[in-house]
Amino acid sequence: MTSASLTTPEAVSVSLTINGAHHALMLDPRTTLLDLLREHLDLTGTKKGCDQGQCGACTVLIDGRRANSCLTFAVMYDGAQITTIEGLAAKGALHPLQQAFIDHDAFQCGYCTPGQICSAAGLIAEGRAKTAEEIRELMSGNICRCGAYTNIVAAIEQVMGRS
Amino acid sequence: MINFHYARANDVADAVRQIAGDPNAKFVAGGTNLIDLMKMDVERPTKVIDITRLPLKQVENTPAGGLRIGALVRNTDLAYHPLVEQRYPVLASAIMAGASQQLRNMATTGGNLLQRTRCPYFYDTAAACNKREPASGCSAIDGHNRMHAILGGSDACIATHPSDMCVALAVLEAKVHVSGASGDRVIAFADFHRLPGDTPQRDTNLNAGEIIIAVELPPKGFATNYTYLKTRDRLSYAFALVSVAVGLELDGDIIKEGRFALGSVAHRPWRDPQAEAALRGQPANAATFARAADVLLRDAKGYAHNTFKIDLARRCIARALTQAARGTPQSQSSKKIV
Repeated sequence: MTSASLTTPEAVSVSLTINGAHHALMLDPRTTLLDLLREHLDLTGTKKGCDQGQCGACTVLIDGRRANSCLTFAVMYDGAQITTIEGLAAKGALHPLQQAFIDHDAFQCGYCTPGQICSAAGLIAEGRAKTAEEIRELMSGNICRCGAYTNIVAAIEQVMGRS
Repeated sequence: MINFHYARANDVADAVRQIAGDPNAKFVAGGTNLIDLMKMDVERPTKVIDITRLPLKQVENTPAGGLRIGALVRNTDLAYHPLVEQRYPVLASAIMAGASQQLRNMATTGGNLLQRTRCPYFYDTAAACNKREPASGCSAIDGHNRMHAILGGSDACIATHPSDMCVALAVLEAKVHVSGASGDRVIAFADFHRLPGDTPQRDTNLNAGEIIIAVELPPKGFATNYTYLKTRDRLSYAFALVSVAVGLELDGDIIKEGRFALGSVAHRPWRDPQAEAALRGQPANAATFARAADVLLRDAKGYAHNTFKIDLARRCIARALTQAARGTPQSQSSKKIV
């Protein structure tokens, strides 16, 4: 271990807009966006699954694009707009994807659901998926160990107006 | 993860200046591989230089009729770029075969070239690994080596390069533009990644302190007869067992030029001039494809758990060349292989 690793790193200033609220923060640069949300800002809707970019539970929207918040240093996203599951519902009304997941019973334990819904919001914004096959492929970054995939695809299709 | 000093670079010159002379400094852009490896204590930089603000995000036509891709162009943006979809569909297809949409939204062009192997012993700091800790030994050679190299390995390392995108870039004969303290230079794609030899800790021929600034594609894109075929343990979001990128130029049934590269079989995307010579001037049929596969695999070597990859590679090459010749490239949504 080098001497540099024994010292406390200098805090870095970062400014983020999270679910419409502005945050000016001083952070240890090792802080991931996921840990910032959960541990610093009490936004625990975003889940930590594998913490290695393999499960998708931590998916949030960064400037409108879905990303794995576990594989980011929050300080790299200075000035970015972050949307989490807590920010999808407008004025207390469920987001159409949230309603569709309820309608289609698109979860069992629910742990992957915030990531699934944020990922689906990103998918719809991308506008690339037209078929159930394409939805499945472009949602493959979100693992559901309860195996609710069939209903997740049905919920997304409902919001895309396919059913 | 050990502590590190975080710095932001404003332009290429600033980035080069900030990394100069510091062997423990790393650039970070997408972060999808580096941050993971830092969490695992495999990478231990004491300084991390954030290059995401560098003006390297353009995809532009070159005067030569090719395309210049900035090093910070995200994988999704590259795969969906109209000029890539139209002129270099093998590249678009290979990108979409890799990772997940979340990761492709983050990962950059330059970072894809520099990603490290996914050999589990490289990730396991309790295991011997010559790539992670030179001269410590290779746990894979006599270990769980199902995913490992069948070509170009050494007694020191049988890791594979995991990229899909790079397999297409090999077929397209891309050029890598880099910048460093001693100036700019261009590296041919075939010379960019290294074989492990007795220095498996070095994945590429990038010098210390150099930064990738762009990847240039020559005009020839094989937009009519191409494919990217990837076989893996599940239908999506898994590293390849074997993948094949193909670009063919046909004159009727005769192959004027045929290029093919394999992924996940070696320490770098694997092309073989002799195997491609076996295609040139020959009819595009099963016999030709089988012969070319045999030539490419003539020195293939299996280990305890991955000998199946040799026969899998032979079949994948024949199937991929058939797909390209027919003009029916592999779909990355429908996983049915036809």
